Amino acid sequence: MKELDPVILLAVFQEMLGPLLWILLAVAILGLIAFAMLLVREKGLVSRRLVRSEVLGVVGGALALVLMAKASSSGFTDAAGPADWFLIALVFGVGLVGSTILVYTIAGWWTARR
Amino acid sequence: MDQLLNRRRALLTLGAAGAAGIALTSGIVSAANKIKTTARIVIAGAGAAGLAAASRLSEALDGAKITLIDARKEHFYQPGFTLVGSGIKPADYVISSTAEYVPAGVELVQERVAEFDPEGKKVVTESGKTHAYDLLIVATGMKLEYGLIEGMDEGLIGKNGIGSIYHSPAKAEATWQAMSAFADKGGRGVFLRPNTEMKCAGAPLKYTFITDDYLSRRGQRSKAEVVYNSNNKVLFSVPIVSEKVRMLFHERGIQVNYERVLKAIDPVKRIATFSTPTGTEEQGYDFIHVIPPMRAPEPIRNSPLPWQNGPWAAEGWVEVDKGTLRHVRYPNVFGVGDIAGVPKGKTAASVKWQVPVAVDHVVAEIAGKTSKALYTGYTSCPLITRLGRAMLVEFDYQNNLVPSFPGVIAPLEELWISWVVKTMALKPTYISMLRGRA
Repeated sequence: MKELDPVILLAVFQEMLGPLLWILLAVAILGLIAFAMLLVREKGLVSRRLVRSEVLGVVGGALALVLMAKASSSGFTDAAGPADWFLIALVFGVGLVGSTILVYTIAGWWTARR
Repeated sequence: MDQLLNRRRALLTLGAAGAAGIALTSGIVSAANKIKTTARIVIAGAGAAGLAAASRLSEALDGAKITLIDARKEHFYQPGFTLVGSGIKPADYVISSTAEYVPAGVELVQERVAEFDPEGKKVVTESGKTHAYDLLIVATGMKLEYGLIEGMDEGLIGKNGIGSIYHSPAKAEATWQAMSAFADKGGRGVFLRPNTEMKCAGAPLKYTFITDDYLSRRGQRSKAEVVYNSNNKVLFSVPIVSEKVRMLFHERGIQVNYERVLKAIDPVKRIATFSTPTGTEEQGYDFIHVIPPMRAPEPIRNSPLPWQNGPWAAEGWVEVDKGTLRHVRYPNVFGVGDIAGVPKGKTAASVKWQVPVAVDHVVAEIAGKTSKALYTGYTSCPLITRLGRAMLVEFDYQNNLVPSFPGVIAPLEELWISWVVKTMALKPTYISMLRGRA
């Protein structure tokens, strides 16, 4: 039982998501790089754009929850304990932060290109 | 403790939403670390345990002649049968093919083993072909003996209010149809478990809970009676879990009879006859979930491999040491999975923790070393208590609860997160296990 944990993690996610795993990872990594480059280029955050992105981020968080409910054949009315609320917050949070950064970055580079 | 941590990490893979930081190297053992050998290893049975063992052995050994023997072409993800029987997943969710998990270099013989000859160190298949071995891993699984219930026949499943999710994916789906029809109109639902060792002892309870929940959701609970018949004086072998289930059954109005063993069934009159400590008892039903007696397949029972005395001799479970899984009389034979005559756990979670131990001993033997690996009896049961909630019960030989996430996922609490683990993460973990990667 001398398993290397991250390898198991990767194997399980690979079985769960298939090729989608690599697409998601690529989007996450490329998105973060583009976000970092944008920050450097603009020398900080543009608050106006950030607020707008956050609004769409909320939608992203909600979508993540819907996806989770569908994949687990259950609903959030089934939540019963602190661990459940934590998981819901986590899924929503990941969806919110992920889509906020993505929207902010895309919008930033879109304006820059014009 | 290390083991606990490992398990926690293994299970953590399930819940962790952030896949960040997976910049890592491959887990495949490099060719240089493989042990060179010409050993002949036969694995009888290509179910969860057989496939996982084949994957791990082929990864650890270089040049070994590994032969996997199993007649069935389809592979069943059995932990998913409850979900099929509950209308949560379709039958094809649990069906794949054995061939897709057979590692390169391992020969798959698509036949049934007809004879085990541990004295002669060989097995004989149905076609009469002999496979000699230096090391044997017995992973044949078990046999469901519907025929030992008078009047019961596999063909009855799905008809006349008779269900049985254990039989096969198709019958699990037929059981769902029968249970759903019952939940639409109410009546008397009868549940039970056999008086033998059985695979997934949580499933009879889960199916009772799920049926109760469907009756409530469809507004028929007040017109229904739900009765659970336990074969002995408890509801689950782990006392603390048994007590929790008793409380939940009480709360849901599920009646419990103890020491009732299904003896006969009359599908026309819809009467189930149970043996009791004092005689027999007839119970009428509108829906019954039949779980048959289980025992070792005939070729095992006819061999010298089973326990020679004690409670497991009649059922034919292979007499292995409960820690090393090595046969007590034939040191070059190991037993893993359902066929292993060890206390507790005939589940995929047991397989996950048994196989690495047995493989470690096999590899050490080949390398001329001794292994200290021991199986603690760890097993797990995501005990579904209603649709959308489960208790993630994990325990060992000593009836200790060994939660993977102490303080986060409480083992005796009905939680959504445990349901999420069951419905989303267990199958990918299981498939990874077959491939020797988890």
